[in-house]
Amino acid sequence: MRDDLTALAIIIIPLSLAAVGGASSIYAPLQHQTVDVHQWLTAREFLDLFALARVTPGPGSMITTLVGWQVAGLAGALVATLALFVPSCLVCFLVSRTWNHYRGTQWHSAIERGLRPLAAGLVLSAVAVLLRLAETGPLAWVVVAISAAVLMWRPKLHPFILLVGGAVIFLAARAAGVVTL
Amino acid sequence: MALPEKPPLDAPPAKHPPFVSLFALYRTFFWVGLFSFGGGLSAWLHREVVQLRGWLTEEEFFSGYSLSQVIPGVNSSNLSVYLGQHLRGPLGALVCLTGLLTAPFIVVIATAMVYQRLLGVPGFQAAMAGVAAAAIGMLVRMALTAATGAVRGGRLGGLVPLLIIGITFTAVGILRWPLVPVVLTMAPISIAAAWSSRSEPDA
Repeated sequence: MRDDLTALAIIIIPLSLAAVGGASSIYAPLQHQTVDVHQWLTAREFLDLFALARVTPGPGSMITTLVGWQVAGLAGALVATLALFVPSCLVCFLVSRTWNHYRGTQWHSAIERGLRPLAAGLVLSAVAVLLRLAETGPLAWVVVAISAAVLMWRPKLHPFILLVGGAVIFLAARAAGVVTL
Repeated sequence: MALPEKPPLDAPPAKHPPFVSLFALYRTFFWVGLFSFGGGLSAWLHREVVQLRGWLTEEEFFSGYSLSQVIPGVNSSNLSVYLGQHLRGPLGALVCLTGLLTAPFIVVIATAMVYQRLLGVPGFQAAMAGVAAAAIGMLVRMALTAATGAVRGGRLGGLVPLLIIGITFTAVGILRWPLVPVVLTMAPISIAAAWSSRSEPDA
């Protein structure tokens, strides 16, 4: 058991620091280590955990928590979660600290304004990537558009209402035979 | 279901960053963590800390967003660390990160225990797909906010920021080029443009 915990940490800590561009870059190496190398999980089990992490709240990278849970119970879940989040967050913390230290200087302001169009492009990219992952076709596009339009119209609306609305639309479509989920 | 109470929505505070209690931070991030289905996490954070509470300006938020994308690791947790550090220093970063992850940690394990049964519930997967799509809609809205803010006051009547948005989106979102080289190329160009637009006299 202790060996498993150590092995989990050794596998996941480097992934934390190498996960450039977000969680989706860890899926492939995590699958390789847990299924092929350590054989903790079958390929089918890994896919199930992937789907599970997607439908529960939180970042999709919570799949590592699930892997830890499958390998060594609660201790495994804790070790896997800490191993994934602590190293990269420490890096982020150090960078943010330096960053905020220079607040108010002219170049700091130029960087903030300069990064903004970049951020806009990156959020749009996230939209495109997530839509492709969702694989639910035109109906997903419609719900995305409605959700965005409603938020433009009523910015203070609680998003929970939107999420429930999205679920209701999909359930109605399923009842009507438009969606086969 | 109990939803968090929101403070009054008007009057953004005059000084930045305003004082925010650690408890308020934890509570805010806990609820964001609990309701963040389908990848809408940063959009949700934007709504809570900028639009509803005015804890950060748009510029501060989106510069943190860009940083959180470039630094390795999970984007939403990086963003939380940035926001916490910005508002309350090291303790704030710790509180935000813990708050964000508490609910997902518990829920994901609880769900793992009943997953096979959930899959058997008719309509479960359809409902989840609907939730995810609505969450993506939140991201679209956030992208539009970022884009309009960036274009306003940009060089050549906003044409330069618009081009940068388009190129970044094409490279990362459509062509799926690796993020880091794209950002390392586009960031200096965009920052240089922002720098020179500042020194231009107002027309």
